[in-house]
Amino acid sequence: MSHSPSAVEQHNPALRHHFADMEQQRQASSLGMWVFLATEVMFFGGMFCAYLIYRYWYFNEFAAGSRSLDIWLGTINTAVLICSSLTVALGVRAAQMGKRKLLVILLLLTIVFGLAFLGIKGVEWYTKFQEHHIPGSSFSADDLIREYPQIRIDPSHEQIFFSLYFAMTGLHALHMIIGVGIFTFLTYYAWKGRYTPEYHNPVEIGGLYWHFVDIIWIYLFPLLYLIDRKPLK
Amino acid sequence: MATAAITAERENYLNREYGIRSWLLTTDHKRIALLYLLSITFFFFIGGFFALLIRLELLTPAGDLVQADTYNKLFTMHGQVMVFFFLIPSIPAVLGNFLVPLMIGARDLAFPRINLLSWYLYIIAGVMMLHCILTGGADTGWTFYTPFSTAFSNTKVVEAGLAIFVAGFSSILTGLNFVVTIHRMRAPGMTWSRLPLFIWAHYATSIIQLLGTPVLAVTLLLVVLERALHLGIFDPTRGGDPLLFQHLFWFYSHPAVYIMILPAMGVVTEIVPCFSRKRIFGYKFVAMSSIAIAVFGFLVWAHHMFVAGISLYSALVFSILSYLVAVPSAIKVFNWTATMYKGSISFATPMLYALGFIGLFTMGGLTGLFLAALGIDVHVTDTYFVIAHFHYIMVGGAVMGYLGGMHFWWPKISGRMYPEFLGKLAAMIVFIGFNLTFFPQFILGYLGMPRRYWQYPPEFQVLNVLSTAGSTILAVGYLLPMVYFLWSMRYGKIAEDNPWGASGLEWTTTSPPPTFNFERTPEVTWEAYDYAHIPAPEEASVEP
Repeated sequence: MSHSPSAVEQHNPALRHHFADMEQQRQASSLGMWVFLATEVMFFGGMFCAYLIYRYWYFNEFAAGSRSLDIWLGTINTAVLICSSLTVALGVRAAQMGKRKLLVILLLLTIVFGLAFLGIKGVEWYTKFQEHHIPGSSFSADDLIREYPQIRIDPSHEQIFFSLYFAMTGLHALHMIIGVGIFTFLTYYAWKGRYTPEYHNPVEIGGLYWHFVDIIWIYLFPLLYLIDRKPLK
Repeated sequence: MATAAITAERENYLNREYGIRSWLLTTDHKRIALLYLLSITFFFFIGGFFALLIRLELLTPAGDLVQADTYNKLFTMHGQVMVFFFLIPSIPAVLGNFLVPLMIGARDLAFPRINLLSWYLYIIAGVMMLHCILTGGADTGWTFYTPFSTAFSNTKVVEAGLAIFVAGFSSILTGLNFVVTIHRMRAPGMTWSRLPLFIWAHYATSIIQLLGTPVLAVTLLLVVLERALHLGIFDPTRGGDPLLFQHLFWFYSHPAVYIMILPAMGVVTEIVPCFSRKRIFGYKFVAMSSIAIAVFGFLVWAHHMFVAGISLYSALVFSILSYLVAVPSAIKVFNWTATMYKGSISFATPMLYALGFIGLFTMGGLTGLFLAALGIDVHVTDTYFVIAHFHYIMVGGAVMGYLGGMHFWWPKISGRMYPEFLGKLAAMIVFIGFNLTFFPQFILGYLGMPRRYWQYPPEFQVLNVLSTAGSTILAVGYLLPMVYFLWSMRYGKIAEDNPWGASGLEWTTTSPPPTFNFERTPEVTWEAYDYAHIPAPEEASVEP
């Protein structure tokens, strides 16, 4: 892929051969990410739909399962992700202004926040493992049945809550891991000085992806952790 | 128009580079289209092989060629291969890949490397599917209905599910590329109302691919997880709901039918004006009907579940919505016929396929209305009537459109003409073979022969023998083009740049096009389908 047939005006090396100019390239990649995010909405949408139906049917079990999640770790994780979104937004700004050092620091901070989120999530999952709340042959809801004698809890319905909990948070965590991977590349190239005020779409669309994954969590947190926290009568 | 001799020597996308690396690492949309062409043809013949075995088994009422278990696997693998590995990628990934940038005057798709990635995903999925087939295959039907697929089937459901999961991402990436390309890469002057209707059809298709496929992906993921970990999400004995699976599955898989038919409609909309020498009748209506089909297509999925236990009121709503899809489809059929009215029609091979498409699609569509009617649906659900109906759409519609498009653009793709007489012959054989195969199945279904059984009462034999005989004729009709296309690549007449006298930017560049499609970026100053100002080719493609 050497040069395009009509390459006359001075050429930004980041301009790919099939685009007419940088503006077209920027618009195309940004639209591409937005379209991709639309598919992601539908991807998670299927699970949200299943969640909605079973929460409506098995509210008691969902509420009990929700109570057993650690609300403090969940809240801290929400805060961590919101902070990471801030560093991403500031990073995009730094890239626009061509501040290389600041960009690298902000991208690194984002990665640290992302890893912190995953670490806390790992601790939560490990606790669930100890409590036998992982769906499968060793699943047990006995502790919840003892803890909340006031409400009727069907263990198999409880398992549906935890299936959805693990499927949704697991899929979200997978997206976080991919995000950390993407940001590692971005940091490397930012450090090499590839991004300039004229060319920084990768930072911008990487940022879009990161914000989207954050937003998914902003929905997951209340849906999973805050179903019914009122004291039981 | 360049002369034949010059065209042959000129550098183009085929002779620019040679060697296996230049193909497997290419980011040229035209080369990727050919990679897709090879791979989907391979899967088409695998799926066709299963179909022939099914028809052979049904030659006699007794289950003699294969046993029930094998038969279950045959129709499952036939469906999975044909739907996910042939029909869904067929026109978009081959003709769409080749033509979308050419038709809008772009040098390539917006994301050439993602385009190559989508082909590799398809190949990975294909290898997984082949491995699944060779080690026993699945027997759930292509629909993966729970709880059979999650709790009872002891075949390779997980592997088949994961293969289709991966194939889905290939399809999503193709759709993403098309949407961005159509929005952002149009040549100067190529406004939305000047776009070829093939592009509008692919735009609508891409929207379905983008919004539908992820839902299928997550549904299959849940099936795989449920099977592996016994989650209970779709298992009624543990509080799960198998109907939820059907809702999620058909939310994608009904619109998937429009992924197959919309691009074929786009092909027909290019062919009909060209061989009628007339502007398309009602450009805006044809364009908007593509979008309407994509939108309505998302609102009809539960008509697959009328007898599965959904409430009467939701069945009523879905029945009415299903009728509504017929409106934009009918607009297209009427506009094609109106385009031909008082046109100067020539019956070249692509036109024969287009005419076949219009007739067969109309029959498939109208029988779809029978099935959308709640009362009749109860009578014919899960019978051969349904089989005949959707094969009229998928084979009579989508495959006819695909073959018509392959003949129409073959001169552009290969730089050679296919033999016209053999082309017409094959088109006739396909049409006759198709009707002989599937028309008897309408009658069989109406008489009550259920689908997915390996044996049947003796009174159904005559119609089944007709159907099996038709399927062998159909097979000949499909083999023939493959043979003469290959032949023509070496011995065919050298094609001119615009052998049909067709409108459209793809015909203004050389055949085959250069790697970057156009010598200079074209500037569009004319309306689409401007046939009043395009001279017909002298021979008018009516060689004996």
